[in-house]
Amino acid sequence: MILVVLDHDGSRLRKASLEALTRARRLAEALGERVAGVLLAEGQAPVEEARGHVETLYVAELGPYTAEKWAAGILEAAKAGVKAIVAPSSRQSRTYLGRVAYALKAGLLEDTLDSWAEGGQVYATRYAYLNRVTQKVRSALPVVLTVKPNTTPLAEPLGAQGEVVALSLPPVATVEVLERVQEEKKGVSLTEADVVVTGGRGLGSPEAFQKVEELAALLGGAVGATRAVVDAGWRPYSEQVGQTGKTVQPSLYIALGVSGAVQHLAGMNKSKYIVAVNKDPEAPIFKHADYGIVGDVHQVLPALIHAVKKLKD
Amino acid sequence: MKFIAVIRQVPDGESRLRIQGDRVDLSGATLILDQMDEYGVEEALRLKEKHGGEAVVVGFGPERTEEAIRTALAMGMDRGIHVVYEGYADPVTVAEALAPILKEESPTLILTGGQQADWDSQALGGALAEALGVPVVAWTTALELEGETAKAKHDLDEGAEWVRVRLPAVFTTQQGLNEPRYPTLPGIMKAKKKEIKKVPFGGGSRVEILQESIQEKTRLQKVLDGKDPVAAAEELVRLLHEEAKVI
Repeated sequence: MILVVLDHDGSRLRKASLEALTRARRLAEALGERVAGVLLAEGQAPVEEARGHVETLYVAELGPYTAEKWAAGILEAAKAGVKAIVAPSSRQSRTYLGRVAYALKAGLLEDTLDSWAEGGQVYATRYAYLNRVTQKVRSALPVVLTVKPNTTPLAEPLGAQGEVVALSLPPVATVEVLERVQEEKKGVSLTEADVVVTGGRGLGSPEAFQKVEELAALLGGAVGATRAVVDAGWRPYSEQVGQTGKTVQPSLYIALGVSGAVQHLAGMNKSKYIVAVNKDPEAPIFKHADYGIVGDVHQVLPALIHAVKKLKD
Repeated sequence: MKFIAVIRQVPDGESRLRIQGDRVDLSGATLILDQMDEYGVEEALRLKEKHGGEAVVVGFGPERTEEAIRTALAMGMDRGIHVVYEGYADPVTVAEALAPILKEESPTLILTGGQQADWDSQALGGALAEALGVPVVAWTTALELEGETAKAKHDLDEGAEWVRVRLPAVFTTQQGLNEPRYPTLPGIMKAKKKEIKKVPFGGGSRVEILQESIQEKTRLQKVLDGKDPVAAAEELVRLLHEEAKVI
């Protein structure tokens, strides 16, 4: 069995789950295995949608997320005999799958760009060294594999309705969730956006981000922020791009008043085109940019907004 | 009380990486205590300063890892344990290597970095927790001891949450948790005399690296002068529209 972790938002499967399904089907075909899904939920879960993608769907209602409960749910589903577990790559999955991989004594291939099976082994490509190096790796079975978002075509439903198996788990109560701090979500999601406009410390104030938002909205993109900006409390952590924030790979990445620290580059250096605006011609960001303007971001940003509006007209 | 920081030595992110025979060659790179692990060392020191007890650094990696362990000792950790292993090891294997040592030490809690700056793995915290049969709290930004439990704030994929967790537990660290201190000169002198216990590890990695390549995209580096911001902005938008075709 190839087991896919079907991540969802309570009402729909996430796009990343459909990518994981594609990868799982490829492995299943090469290894002569069937594909099953596991749907873990806090409350509502898209059971009907999920069963259209798999022959067997394991479902567990687990309450608030903890790595322990999610790992227990997956391990329970895996008891039917698992060769590979495929999951969308996220901070949470990369934590609970560490538990799962250890429990199964499996090879763990994290955040893979591609994966395939050959001669009973699983191969994958992935980034390392803060996204600077591409590795080709290999593991024997069993294997636990996470799929980097936006790397894989989306799976179509099978047109069948898979059998639903409810999992019952012994209580796991080592972590008690006291308070959830939800962040307001608006516009396009940062990791899925095709255009990302990021503001750095060079913007000088949280108010200056209004213009960043305006440019992002004009380009149908999302707003990003550097660590310095988030540390200063100007923007929420959910917008942070970099090693300790989100990794993005849009077609167009615009860095405004960003110096270009390595930790920041690690989160965006795979973008197709990088644009930098900074008043310091020596800023490291220019070495990593396709296009740049050396100038005062407070003058250039409004001019950019104006120029984009003109183009759209 | 005993606070353990699990660390590794990695190339500085600013270091130039070279490829030699299909693999990354670190011989010319500056190697440092992983900055993510540094937050764990700092937190162990702060917990010890507040609650008393011992702060122990456990390093995994080749002989050179001893330098990173010495850095942690110079920051103030009491003693070190070095699990010596050459080459790449996946997180499950690393957890297997460290588990017997950590069990024997029987710590109050264990800290390690949220992501490794060389292998980009985020799984060691989870794997260690499973190996020890204890909970894991990932991407921790606040940590307080409350008797047999700890209260912690940590990041989720969306948002953050406060949790209470029974100890012992594993916490993975990140920016925001603290500001790591610099080793002082007296600290560096003292560190030379502190004990580092060497433990060989004879296991092998489940995951094998077959090939590594550096594919840093060549960037166009077309930089415009912004003295006339309107003209520069218009030219940039033209380039993005006509040349790059991304808007």
